[in-house]
Amino acid sequence: MMPFSALIAIALLYVSLLFIVAFWAERHAATGKSKWLQSPWIYTLSLSVYCTAWTFYGAVGYAARSGLEFVTIYLGPTLVMVGWWWILRRLVRIGRAQRITSIADLVSSRFGKSTQIGMLVTIISIIAGTPYIALQLQSVTLSFAVFAQVDGSSWEQADFAQTAAWVAVGLAVFTVLFGTRNLDANERHHGIVMAIAVEAVVKLFALVAVGVFVVWGIAGGPTEMLSRIETSDIELWDQESGRWISLIFLSGAAFLCLPRMFQVLVVENSDERHLPFASWAFPLYLFLMSLFVVPIAVVGLELLPPGSNPDLFVLTVPLFEGQNGLAVLSFLGGLSSATSMVIVATIALATMVSNHIVVPIWLSLQGQQGAVMSGDVRYVILLSRRISVAAVLTLGFFYYRLSGGGTALAAIGLISFAGAVQILPAMLGGIFWRGANRIGAALGLLSGLGIWMWTLFLPSFGVDAVISQSVMENGPWGIAILRPQALFGVTGIDPLVHGVFWSILINTTIFILGSLATFPQPLERLQGAQFVNVFDHSDAAPSWTGAAAGAEELLIMSQRILGSSEAQGIFERESERQGRGREFPEVTPAFVDRLERELAGSVGAATAHAMIGQLIGGSSVSVEDLIAVADEAAQILEYSNRLEAKSAEQERTARALRDANAKLTALSIQKDAFLSQISHELRTPMTSIRSFSDILREGDMPPDALSRYAGIIHDEAVRLTRLLDDLLDLSVLENGQVVLHEQTGKLSSLLDRAIGAAGVLGGKLDIRRDRKDEDLTLTTDLDRLVQVFINLISNAQKYCEAPSPVLTIKVSVQGDKTMVDFIDNGHGIASENHALIFEKFSRVSDESKAGGAGLGLAICREIMHRLNGDITYLPQPRGTGFRVVLPKTMTSAALEKM
Amino acid sequence: MSRKSPPPIFLQRSSYRQRRLRDGARLMPFVGGVLWAIPLAWSGSSTTQDGGTSGLLFIFGVWVFLIAVTALLASRIKSDTPSDDEGETSQ
Repeated sequence: MMPFSALIAIALLYVSLLFIVAFWAERHAATGKSKWLQSPWIYTLSLSVYCTAWTFYGAVGYAARSGLEFVTIYLGPTLVMVGWWWILRRLVRIGRAQRITSIADLVSSRFGKSTQIGMLVTIISIIAGTPYIALQLQSVTLSFAVFAQVDGSSWEQADFAQTAAWVAVGLAVFTVLFGTRNLDANERHHGIVMAIAVEAVVKLFALVAVGVFVVWGIAGGPTEMLSRIETSDIELWDQESGRWISLIFLSGAAFLCLPRMFQVLVVENSDERHLPFASWAFPLYLFLMSLFVVPIAVVGLELLPPGSNPDLFVLTVPLFEGQNGLAVLSFLGGLSSATSMVIVATIALATMVSNHIVVPIWLSLQGQQGAVMSGDVRYVILLSRRISVAAVLTLGFFYYRLSGGGTALAAIGLISFAGAVQILPAMLGGIFWRGANRIGAALGLLSGLGIWMWTLFLPSFGVDAVISQSVMENGPWGIAILRPQALFGVTGIDPLVHGVFWSILINTTIFILGSLATFPQPLERLQGAQFVNVFDHSDAAPSWTGAAAGAEELLIMSQRILGSSEAQGIFERESERQGRGREFPEVTPAFVDRLERELAGSVGAATAHAMIGQLIGGSSVSVEDLIAVADEAAQILEYSNRLEAKSAEQERTARALRDANAKLTALSIQKDAFLSQISHELRTPMTSIRSFSDILREGDMPPDALSRYAGIIHDEAVRLTRLLDDLLDLSVLENGQVVLHEQTGKLSSLLDRAIGAAGVLGGKLDIRRDRKDEDLTLTTDLDRLVQVFINLISNAQKYCEAPSPVLTIKVSVQGDKTMVDFIDNGHGIASENHALIFEKFSRVSDESKAGGAGLGLAICREIMHRLNGDITYLPQPRGTGFRVVLPKTMTSAALEKM
Repeated sequence: MSRKSPPPIFLQRSSYRQRRLRDGARLMPFVGGVLWAIPLAWSGSSTTQDGGTSGLLFIFGVWVFLIAVTALLASRIKSDTPSDDEGETSQ
């Protein structure tokens, strides 16, 4: 048998080992060689503060009493971890972006850095957390008592109290030493996290060791173990679905809301990338922690005498089997579970109490001069934290004493969870819903706290302790619907499920309704946007305007919170950023905002905001500022859009102008060429007319020569007249003075007329037509249309250089348009001239073969436009093509007559 | 001050895979919740005969499955860079 004093020595040795580990980790972190400390394994193991002594010892007792229900306590956190992408990722990112120091800081910061909300969350956390700390003291004390009993002494009530007191003092010393050593800008505690990681390994190892011993050492293998489980008295699967689902929800929610879990999950997180790793590694840890719970419970019930406390099977089974070493290991596992939980919970609660209760009160007592008073605020804050640590542990100790340390305490674990979970609606609402506001959150928290107290917390003290038996049965003042365990007349369900259901339902409803019905302050809206859209912009919009404070005052204040070297470092970096060398930086809103965030890392958002507010003169952001900023941004955006549209339009205009200019230049050249051409054209017939008329005037010549000369003069005059007619015709068409004479006729006969008039019959040009297609009736100015056809046919005759010229006339109907194509097999027209051929006076070739003046196509185009049709150049692989487009009205009117 | 061009509708293959992995990660808690609720629907006979060991094995089996799938997803999902961050959900 091991003497009790040896156990004490082992425990002390173990604790001093933890001291060394914590100290070593702090030193390493301080020198910056903390690569190893920042491994995802450490993060995952630090999450194990979830597994307290209540789960280390209590899970086996729970399994012995209620079968598989114990596992729900691990299933909830598993679901939260595997669903890390939803909530935890968001929380961690917000925690980093906003320098969150605790869950109270998160909620208060989200709802406009409100001091009141921070206080409320802190109070809820303390009320819910204290019994839990008491529970840890109880389990450590009980495990000591087990060894004392084995050693032959039976403990009295006073011995229990004394042990609990010593444990509490020891924990307080450890926590103060490593938890409140410094005011870290990030509120991270490397020493403590490292110690917790070591403890996590110890408790897992201890439980697995006991489990392996039970399965292979006592039962004789997994198969035998399973058959023992089958035949045991434990009702493994006797679950009521309401309780099963409620407990999974409760444990998952508590995993997020418990201050100690928030501390390790969010505040102590040094790298977001640890989260995906922990998302599977921590469920694995929980899995291993619960794997051997049922075997230990089954074997314990079989081996130990009836009436043994199943909560201590983890210790008593090895002791019963004479495995002292294993029992000590298991004891250390239990001690680890209890101490790590108490240390982290105490740090988290002390930070909250100090930042959200003590400092705000201290600041308000200092009055307006608070932030500029002389003296080191750091000292005040650290002192307030140390006192808070002591106070929280004292509270836990007294709760343990008052509750008598009996089985009533064991039941408080889940009730404590239910209390912490009241923060869930405000927290989730805050990070997912921008509409959530301060008043809704406060009302929700208050109502949740009230209902939890009434339905779960106060009845947990036992009948007639706080709530009398008659109130339990008949309700206060005889109002039956307010009975603590049958609210609104809902009876017959488990009291825990009842309490969780009503408190969360009413909490959430009032939170939502309150948020919908009231209007948030500007800062709340700003913070709401930052929290909900944390992945869109991690940079904060400045919330300070018109900074009235001097840089010196700000430096003095931040020195007193951050320490002089740290504060001066911040100011020097800012000076550098602003390019002001060694001078004080300018107090810009952005700088004040950055500074506030640095301070928030030490004293919480609400306090930092209040302190800066005192210096800046309370000129925080207003609705008008927000609207002004939004308006300005919108105006700038619109202006730039308009500018862009305008510049695009100008570019289009410029392009059109360039095109027009190029066209004009080309035309001008053409016109010059034409003028010389036309003077030549006019001059040639004029010259011959003058010279032949001179010869005629002289008389005295044979009659045949006379008639020949007169004929030449006549022909030349006709040519002149034709030229002038064309010019006149074009001028009339262009001025719109032409009168159209509508007639109806067949397209084929029009083409016949045109071919006849062009004088190509019997000539070299071969004309190919398809008369079937031409069987269309037209109603339009037929004479003008024929004029166009004649022009196109004679052009082909004039300009087609092919040895055996062919002109193909194709008629086709496309949709509501009729196309008449004239395609020859000549050289075609170069593409650069396509735009010019329809212009007046334009000539593609210099040859003046048939004396054309370059007016034909221009006239054609004018005619076709008057007839509501069109004429276009039709590019051909070989040869020249023109397309005459006749609009529908020209043909449809005719169709009706058919 | 140029206007932001709208994001492309279709993603490259690797980005597409990333998005679907994230969808998978979002789905995990629901998968776990549903699976762990299944034994509640079992009729009494099958569970009372073997003293509930089938329930025990089922729950621990689902646990291993969830851990394995989450580990697979977590190793495949790249740590998000600010540029492609949440492009799908928050816009």
